[in-house]
Amino acid sequence: MMTGTKDELGPTAGLQVANLQVANLQVANLQVTNLQVVKVRIGSETFALDAGMVREIIDPIPTTRVAGARSHLDRVVNVRGNVVPLADIRERFGMKPEPATPDTRFVVIEVEIAGDPVIVALVADKVFEVTEVQTGTAQQVPKVGTSWRPEYIKSIVKSGDEFVILPDVERILN
Amino acid sequence: MTSLNPVDVFRMEADELLACLETTLLDLGEKPHDRALIDTAFRALHTIKGSGAMFGFERVAAFAHDFETAFDLVRQGRVPASVDLVNVALSAKDYIRLLIEDPDGAEPVFGQAILDELGGLVGRATDRAEVAPAPASEPDPIAPADGAAGWRLGIAFAPDILRNGTNPLALLDDLRDLGAGTVVPRLDAVPDLAALDPEALSIGWEVTLPAGVTREAIEDVFLFVQNEMTLTLTPLGGAAEAPVPAPIPVAADPVPMPAAVPAAPATARAAPSSPSLAPAPAPAPPAPEPRAGARRNDERTTSTVRVEAERLDELMDRVGELVIAQARLSQLAGLHADGGIKTVAEEIERLSARLRDTTMSIRMVPIGSLFGRFRRLVHDLSRDLGKPVDFVTEGEDTELDKTVIERLADPLVHLIRNAIDHGIEDPARRAGSSKSATGRITLSAEHAGAQVRISVRDDGAGLDAARIRAKAEEKGLVAPGVALSDQQVYQFLFAPGFSTAATISALSGRGVGMDVVKKTIESLRGTIDITTEPGAGTTVSLRLPLTLAIIEGLLIRVGEGRYVVPLAAVEECVELPAGDRASRGRDFLDIRGTLVPFLRLRSLFGAEGEPDPYQKVIIVSVGETRVGLLADQIIGNHQTVIKSLSKLHADVATFSGATILGDGTAALIIDVARLVSGGHVEMPREYQDVA
Repeated sequence: MMTGTKDELGPTAGLQVANLQVANLQVANLQVTNLQVVKVRIGSETFALDAGMVREIIDPIPTTRVAGARSHLDRVVNVRGNVVPLADIRERFGMKPEPATPDTRFVVIEVEIAGDPVIVALVADKVFEVTEVQTGTAQQVPKVGTSWRPEYIKSIVKSGDEFVILPDVERILN
Repeated sequence: MTSLNPVDVFRMEADELLACLETTLLDLGEKPHDRALIDTAFRALHTIKGSGAMFGFERVAAFAHDFETAFDLVRQGRVPASVDLVNVALSAKDYIRLLIEDPDGAEPVFGQAILDELGGLVGRATDRAEVAPAPASEPDPIAPADGAAGWRLGIAFAPDILRNGTNPLALLDDLRDLGAGTVVPRLDAVPDLAALDPEALSIGWEVTLPAGVTREAIEDVFLFVQNEMTLTLTPLGGAAEAPVPAPIPVAADPVPMPAAVPAAPATARAAPSSPSLAPAPAPAPPAPEPRAGARRNDERTTSTVRVEAERLDELMDRVGELVIAQARLSQLAGLHADGGIKTVAEEIERLSARLRDTTMSIRMVPIGSLFGRFRRLVHDLSRDLGKPVDFVTEGEDTELDKTVIERLADPLVHLIRNAIDHGIEDPARRAGSSKSATGRITLSAEHAGAQVRISVRDDGAGLDAARIRAKAEEKGLVAPGVALSDQQVYQFLFAPGFSTAATISALSGRGVGMDVVKKTIESLRGTIDITTEPGAGTTVSLRLPLTLAIIEGLLIRVGEGRYVVPLAAVEECVELPAGDRASRGRDFLDIRGTLVPFLRLRSLFGAEGEPDPYQKVIIVSVGETRVGLLADQIIGNHQTVIKSLSKLHADVATFSGATILGDGTAALIIDVARLVSGGHVEMPREYQDVA
C-alpha cells in the first residue's frame, strides 16, 4: 500500500536485492569480496547500506512524534501494519535536518539490536541504486579530517570515483 | 504445512497425561476409594509407558513400568491409596516429568529412592492385606482358578492397525514377558504377493500362555487396541469360551455386539476401558459413581483441534490489520456519496467486527486450566508447613486471553505461597482464635465489565497495617508522620525487598516475589487491590483486561498529535474551568469536593501551536489515585489494536504501545499508570491526605 517508488528503484527492488544477495553469497567464497549495497544520500554524504538488511524502500508517509524519545528516533511510522521507529541519522553525523524533498525516501531496514531483529525506517534524502562495492578497497576511517564518531562507521569504500560510507547502523541507532 | 516432530508430539502428549495424572492423584488423596480415579491414573501411567517406549524414551518407559507395577496393587484393591502413597506417587510423577524434560538432570538414584519408597509402602500394605484382606478391595471378578492350566489366545487385529502406529510384535513381546509361551502365526488370510498391501495386516496369531497368568494381565497388554482387534481367550483344559469379538469401528459392516457383553452394570461404568472380553459371571457391581471427568474428556477430544499458539497470534495480527484497513475503508466510503460503496463498507465493517470477536474468543481459555496447577502447590505447602489447608476454586470457567493466563501463573504462585505462609496461622493459633484448624485458600475468578477479577483469599490473621508501616519507615520508604491510607500502606508490600516476615523461610519472606507480582500485573495492564480484615483474612484482587490484543480506547488530541487513553482507566471527562487555563503553578481541579491534580499533556508532549480555547480534562484512575489529563480535544471511542513499540523505544516511559488509526497513521497509547507514578504528578504536602 505504500510501495510507490518512482526513481531508480522500481517496486521489484526488494526482489532484485534478494537475487543479488544470492549471487553475492556465491562469489563470497572467492577471494574477491564484493558486497551488495543500496547507495543512498543522507545529508551531504553517500552511504552504502548492506543490501541484506534492506527490506523495502517506501515514499514518505505521515509520521507520529514520540515525546520523550531520543532525538534521532523521535518519530514512528506505520509500515504494513507495524509501528516502527523512523530514524534520522543526520543528527548523529552532525548534519542539519532538512525538510523533505521529492527525492526523500524511507528505507526500511532490519537490524540486530542486542540479539533481536528490529525493523527501523531510515530517512534518506535520495536513494541511488543497488550496486556492488569491493570491500577489498575498504579504508579505515582517518582520525584526522572528520568530526564523525569512528564507532558509527564500519569502513569507507571506493565506489566508482567516490568514497561511500558503510555505517554501523546498530551502533548509530542504539 | 506442519510437520510435527514425533518426539515433540510425545512431549506434548506426556505433558497432558502428567497433568491428568497429577489431578487424579490429588483427587485420589481426597477420595481414596474412588475406583474410577485409580483407573484414570493407571491409564495415564500406562499410556506414558507405552508411548515413551515407542518414541525412544527408554528410561521413562522403564520407570513408568516399575511405577505401574507398584500402582497395580492399588488398582487391584489390595493396597489402599493412602496419603503417603499419593505423596510418593506425586513425586514419582515429577520424576517422570524430569526424565522427559531434562533426562541428564534426572539422577537414577532419585528414581530408585522413589521406587523403593513406593515399593515399601505397597509392600507393607500387601503384607497386611495378606493377613486380613482390605474390606475396601473389590472382589476379583475372575476367579484365580480361571485359566489355572494356562491360556490359549486367538489374536486378530483390524487390517489397518499398522497405519495407526500399533506394532503387533511389541504386543506379542509383552505377552512373552508374561511367561514362556508359544506363538504361532495364522497365515490363512495372507493374500497373494500381487494383492498384498504392505500397510495392511493380514496375519493373526495363536498364543499359548502358561498357568499363573491372570486374565487381567493378558487384557492389559491389549488395553489400547481392544477396539481394533478380536481377542479370543480360552482357558486351557477348561470349557472353550465363546469368542467375543470386540467391536471394530473401522470395519465396513460392524460386528454385532454379542449378547454376552452388555452385562449392564459393568459396561455402564467402564465403557472406555472395559476389557473386550465378556466377564463370565457379571461381577458384583461396584458403587456406580458418575465419571463426569472422563466423560468431559471424551467430549473434548471429539470437538477440539490442537493449534500452535503462534499461529493464533498470527491470526490475531492479521485480524488486527484487517480491522485497521476496514476503518480506513469506512472513512473513505464516508467521503464518497456512492451508496454502493457505503453498503459494502458497512458489510465489511460488520464482518470484520464478527471476525475479530471470533478470533478473540479462540484465544480465550478457561482459567481453570491454570487453577488446576495450584492444587499441587497448596498440597505440598500445606504438608511442608504443617498447616492443613483447604483449597477452594471458584469461577474456573471464566475465560481469559491465553497470553494473560500464561503470564498469571507466576504471580499467583507468589500470592498463594504468601497466603499460606504468612496469611494462614498455625493450627495452634487458629484453635486459640476459635477458627477451624484447617485454613482455607479461595482462588476465584469472575468477569467485571471488560475486565476479569482474580482473587486470592485466605482466612488467616489479616494484615497488620501498623507493622507494615513501621517496616516501611525503617526502610526509608516513607517519612514518619506522613498520613497514609491503609490501602497506600499495603502498597508497600509490593516494594522490592520488602518483607515483614520475622524469619526467612524456604518459601517466602525474602521480599522478592511481591514486586514480581506487581511488575507482571502492571505489564498486563492490570491493577492490584488488597483488602484485609484483622482476624478474618486477606484478599488480594487482581483486575486484568480480558485481552492484550485489542482494547477500548479514548482517542484524544493534544496539539497536532492524537493519543489513545485506555478506556478502562477513564472515569470521566470535564471541561477545564476558565480560571485554570493558564498554569498558576498548581494544577488542581475540584471534582465534587475532591482535589484532583492534573497534567498538562501539551507541555508534557511538547506540543506546538496554540492550545484550544476549551480544553478538556480526562480524569483517569490508577488504584485509588485519580489524576486528570489535560487535552485539546476528545475525539471519541476507538477500537485500539495494540502494537508494541520497538525495542529502540524501550526508554520511552510515557507510552505503553501504539495503534494505527483509520487514516493509516500511528497513534501512541498513553501508559496511564506510569504517567501517574512517574513523578509527573507532584502534590503539595498539605493536600496529600485529602487526595
